[in-house]
Amino acid sequence: MNRFVRHRSVRIAAAGLMIAVALIVARLGAEAQTPGATPGAQTAPAGNTQNGKRIFASYGCFQCHGREAQGGIAGPRLGPNPVPFVAFSRYIRQPAGQMPPYTSKVVTDTELADIYAFLQSLPQPPKDIPLLNN
Amino acid sequence: MRNGKGSMNRRGFLKGAAVGAAAGAAALVAPRVGVPGSLASAAASAALPEPVRLTPAQTAELQARETAPLPPEQESLTVSDPGSDFMVDVLKTLNFEYIAANPASSARGLHESLDSYGGNKNPEWLTCCHEVIALNIANGYYAVEGRPMAVFTFVPAGLHNSLTAISGAYGANTPSYILVANIADAEQRRAQQDWGGHSMTDPAAIARPLLKWDDNPPALQHFAESAVRAYKIAMTEPRGPVLLVVDASLAELPIPDRSKLSIPKLTLTSPPAADPAAVAEVAKLLVAAENPLILAGDFARDEEGMKLMVELAETLQAPVQGGGRGMPNRHPLSGGGSVPSADVILGFNRGSMFTDLYRSTDQQLKTSVRRTRPVAKVITISADDLLLHGNYQHVGRFAEVDLSLTGDPQATLPSLIEACKKLITSDRRRVLEARGKKIAAETARRREELLTYCTYGWDASPISQPRLAMETWDVVKRKDWALVSRGHPLWNADKFYRRMGAAGGGGVGGALPISIGAALAHRKHGRLCVNFNPDGDMMFVPGALWSATHHRIPLLIIMENNRAYHQEVMHLQRIANRRQRGQDIAHRGASGTTITDPNIDFAQLARSMGAYAEGPITDPKDLRPALLRAVERVEKGEVALLDTVVQPR
Ligand code: HEC
Ligand SMILES: Cc1ncc(C[n+]2csc(CCOP(=O)(O)OP(=O)(O)O)c2C)c(N)n1
Ligand SMILES: [Mg+2]
Repeated sequence: MNRFVRHRSVRIAAAGLMIAVALIVARLGAEAQTPGATPGAQTAPAGNTQNGKRIFASYGCFQCHGREAQGGIAGPRLGPNPVPFVAFSRYIRQPAGQMPPYTSKVVTDTELADIYAFLQSLPQPPKDIPLLNN
Repeated sequence: MRNGKGSMNRRGFLKGAAVGAAAGAAALVAPRVGVPGSLASAAASAALPEPVRLTPAQTAELQARETAPLPPEQESLTVSDPGSDFMVDVLKTLNFEYIAANPASSARGLHESLDSYGGNKNPEWLTCCHEVIALNIANGYYAVEGRPMAVFTFVPAGLHNSLTAISGAYGANTPSYILVANIADAEQRRAQQDWGGHSMTDPAAIARPLLKWDDNPPALQHFAESAVRAYKIAMTEPRGPVLLVVDASLAELPIPDRSKLSIPKLTLTSPPAADPAAVAEVAKLLVAAENPLILAGDFARDEEGMKLMVELAETLQAPVQGGGRGMPNRHPLSGGGSVPSADVILGFNRGSMFTDLYRSTDQQLKTSVRRTRPVAKVITISADDLLLHGNYQHVGRFAEVDLSLTGDPQATLPSLIEACKKLITSDRRRVLEARGKKIAAETARRREELLTYCTYGWDASPISQPRLAMETWDVVKRKDWALVSRGHPLWNADKFYRRMGAAGGGGVGGALPISIGAALAHRKHGRLCVNFNPDGDMMFVPGALWSATHHRIPLLIIMENNRAYHQEVMHLQRIANRRQRGQDIAHRGASGTTITDPNIDFAQLARSMGAYAEGPITDPKDLRPALLRAVERVEKGEVALLDTVVQPR
């Protein structure tokens, strides 16, 4: 009962999904709190939020991170409050996990700054959502 | 053998006519068919107002022909005790509720017996628009009911069509019970249709690499024994699909002597528990462990399995990850712990465990790094090795473990719990209880994190997957609900039946029919069944919807419509990035991966097959009222589909 191929059409149990998401959340916590990292806003180059939003979609970031960078089961949440810009750009160029690499040939440094600006501009999520209280 | 008892043959009919002829020549009008030559026209004209008088010679000739021997095909035109009636008797003893099938002429003997002789009850015929739907409806039914539904296909085409679902059954240890029609005897084949279209030398050969067992019974007694044996073998752990050939001649010809036939009693085999000495060894390791972790696959056959897993977890105060319906997801020990921190890891029906024990990345250079502590001991308990077919690689990559027990996990739980309890002193108990409290705090924290995670993108359009899940949860949570697809970790799956067991559709296209079969099993309990169904999956076999509406199987279908084969979208992006050219893939929509232009109107699709449907719904605010309307319909016994347009994942 354990040999079935785990792909999209095979329904995975809810508990398994919880772990998948929990792991993403946990890993993010660890990576976001890299000691000595400077807060992003201080070191990030100025970027074009509108262009960043456009590229986030057209370069495929949304595929794994969601259209509002909210995260899902294929990739973690990226914003608002993204990881410091240095960590952000380093990760995109040389990811250590499952994320495919985006070299500067694909996303220029300027474009990265634009994406970063878009992530910073995202609104904070609503608080006290009744549906999440049960 | 051709002359069945009480069959009305042509000669008997003509004799009756001949008696009539003696009473008056005009009676000769009756047997018009088959009366040749001039006599025929004479007899035919006898039906006219002016009766024709036959000459004595003509009368004599006619009478001579009537009493002459007839060719065999005219001799036996009816049968009163066909073999397939006995086959139905056999199937009834196996207590099948349903038989899922698409009709075919080589199966007509059994089909008619099921319908007339069997009264289309136990089993009742489920009309399926494709054989892969039939197989997967049966797979889904088993995943809830715990016993098989019969499936019927013909060969070769029907069985070919169903192969994907049989591979799913093999992979998920589903005991699919497949009957296939064949016509072995050349003389019994219709020359035009049956040679290429309905007959094979060895029908099971098509599916044999996936079957646990098959047989091709040449006689009815053999059929009875093999039918019972097939059921028994399919249900013996580890379970798997079986196939029985139903020979059309056997089905259509009369039973030679019913008094000589008997149907053996079905006795199911008890599942094999692991070796007690090895179980004692495992208990020692688990009780002594500081940070044990139970990684469970789908192992629970019934409510008892869930109770036992909870008992093991609580006895050890150890976290359980996974476990499917065998572990309530809101139990304080559910979802805690981690592989890198564990010192003893118990893999419970978890396959090779390679994916648990190693961290692998899908980059240009594929790497796998073991993520267990050097001191960690890894134990596996499963019956997997008892049923493997070489051509399929479900085994997973080989992973080194320290103790490997062959045994059915659920059947092994009682002795394992017992052995652990024996070893736990009161001092040890206090330590374990303290650990349990820590794990409970950790799982509560993880749940809080998950809740926060879900708030991001809450108002997004297309709708975020957590929003869709929680809007639905809010509408169903006070009802007696059951998930017949993947669900969301925030739902409270407190009972065994809330989730279904492992069901493999064999690929994309499995989810919809599996959910329908599962909903059918839930129907007699009046549960509200919910299926979250991806768009690409639905387009493989949309005809399954019709089986659901036709057979009045109440089901709520909520589309995960991301208008893409999204998994493949991500793969193309991944590969393009490696080649440093990925920037416009998503922009232009990589060829072959999007399901747009035109967008599919799933609501209209569902309505065309008699379902209630709404959509496309893109604004999350529209969800709740639509859900309320849809649930109302489902509670009245209907199929309702909401075409909800969602974030990619
Ligand atoms: C095919 C899926 C995929 C795509 C496409 C993708 N990512 Fe990722 N990304 C991931 C995953 C998965 C992770 C989590 C870490 C890992 O496994 O690599 C991640 C992690 C990250 C991180 C690190 C986050 C953290 O908290 O440390 C950043 C930053 C990031 N992605 C940005 C982007 C941007 C920007 C794009 C588009 C230019 C993008 N990603 C495209 C899958 C993807
Ligand atoms: C029979 C079959 N064909 C093709 C595939 C390859 N495949 C895996 S996932 C996938 C996309 C499925 O699309 P959908 O059901 O809409 O789910 P999504 O990935 O969009 O969430 C495909 C085509 C498969 N697994 N099975
Ligand atoms: Mg899709």
